[in-house]
Amino acid sequence: MFKVEDIRKDFPILSRKVNGKPLVYFDNAATSQTPQQVIDVIVDYYSNYNANIHRGVHTLSQEATDLYEQARQKIQRHFNAKFSHEIILTSGTTHGINLVANGFSSLLKKGDEIIVSALEHHSNIVPWQMLCERTGASLKVIPMTQEGELEMAIYDTLLSKNTKLVFVNHISNALGTINPIETIIDKAHKVGAAVLIDGAQSCAHLKPDVQKLNVDFYVASAHKMCGPTGVGVLYGKEEWLKKLPPYQGGGEMIAEVTFEKTTYADLPHKFEAGTPNICGGIAFGAAIDYMNSIGFDAIASYENELLAYGTKQLLTIDGLKIYGTSEHKTSVISFNLDSIHPYDVGSILDKLGIAVRTGHHCAQPIMDYYKIPGTVRASFSFYNTKAEIDSLVEGVKKAKMMLS
Amino acid sequence: MTIEDIQNEIIEEFSMFEDWEERYQYMIDLGKDLPLIDDQYKTESNIIKGCQSKVWVHAEMKDDRVVFTADSDAIITKGIIAILIRAFSNQHPKDIIDADTSFIDKIGLKEHLSPTRANGLVSMIKQLKMYAIAYQTQLK
Repeated sequence: MFKVEDIRKDFPILSRKVNGKPLVYFDNAATSQTPQQVIDVIVDYYSNYNANIHRGVHTLSQEATDLYEQARQKIQRHFNAKFSHEIILTSGTTHGINLVANGFSSLLKKGDEIIVSALEHHSNIVPWQMLCERTGASLKVIPMTQEGELEMAIYDTLLSKNTKLVFVNHISNALGTINPIETIIDKAHKVGAAVLIDGAQSCAHLKPDVQKLNVDFYVASAHKMCGPTGVGVLYGKEEWLKKLPPYQGGGEMIAEVTFEKTTYADLPHKFEAGTPNICGGIAFGAAIDYMNSIGFDAIASYENELLAYGTKQLLTIDGLKIYGTSEHKTSVISFNLDSIHPYDVGSILDKLGIAVRTGHHCAQPIMDYYKIPGTVRASFSFYNTKAEIDSLVEGVKKAKMMLS
Repeated sequence: MTIEDIQNEIIEEFSMFEDWEERYQYMIDLGKDLPLIDDQYKTESNIIKGCQSKVWVHAEMKDDRVVFTADSDAIITKGIIAILIRAFSNQHPKDIIDADTSFIDKIGLKEHLSPTRANGLVSMIKQLKMYAIAYQTQLK
């Protein structure tokens, strides 16, 4: 039974005050808060297991290795990967994208094409531009509509035998749109292109099944789903991960080293050079356990309720415009008040203890499309309440009054 | 008046406000009232890019004093600019170079001058001082 009052007790930060007011945390799309269950795992790790993993013969090292590899298996089960060695632990979504982009440097040539979407985060644009510069491949963009959806008919026209890669986010961070990735993946595969899905935003709201999606690469970050920062996951199909060259050289990723030649370790270690974020990886596993204990169906249904309520209440404010009005979206509301700068609205809300994000949300092409400097973005999580949304609405009204 | 005198005057004004709302409202009104910069100077080369709000700064020398004009697309930022300009404009370059900005803390607006605030104000102050250094060199 989903009870938000009980869930909130798991998150110590939710009881703190900001600027003398109870914290209302609506910046979940940037980073989610951490439940005590995950904090305990972090404390327990440094109190009882801290050691460097893999190849240590002493007990601490073996225990830490076991915990780390168990976390990898939890992540595997969560995303339903076929093998645990298809799970590469990274420092986060951006790292995963760069790892794949770098790997494709040696597989692409002039004339090849890469497709991205107009809804991407900068971290899913810039690595591909750099890849194009290195290889001579060119970048095509699936445009967006006023509602913040992808123009799927144009996607069809962009696909050709030259298309080698398609990169789209599962959910837009700036607008909350859920993209039709099943169709995008199927169509890309028909022309022989590989697909990477950026799951940074989706992993907090739904449980992707990478086998069912038949996706080639899927990336996500722990800190968007109640885990710590600095750790994330790259899922890659075994055949692709075998094909891609290593990203970084170092310890952990080698089988044998001489000055003449180095042979690389098997998956997943081939892509995990150096000492990893061991504690982070273990805590990532704990975060996945935590979210599954609440259940993604319950999370989605409650968050949809918050989205509907928030949308309705915010729209009662005169002059408030919501950007991203797709019927398929998660609990993100991006908005502006008349011509008031989002920075000003965000500054007043902060004084009231309300944390929202303002600016271009690292998605400047979307802001250029709407011809605005940015938006105020409130993103709700399963531990937020309707009463908090009421505080936001009051806060926005106050900001409007002060700034108009 | 010296920069320090003006700063003390501003601190005095702000000490009358009881809470953040009154402080912000005053700043917002300052931002609204002042035409801070001539439109011809709102050029790409005069722009200081914070991540979120933009700031334009223009400087010229009049009778051995540096006169600043500036603007922003965000009104709270504009209000703080108005305060900074009041303190630093129409002063000798050397005094601008030597001036400190801790009065911003004293009037309760410290958070807006945090380097991570991404509103362009920190870069703006740097820019004011750079202009002052440049004009100081000319005077010599």
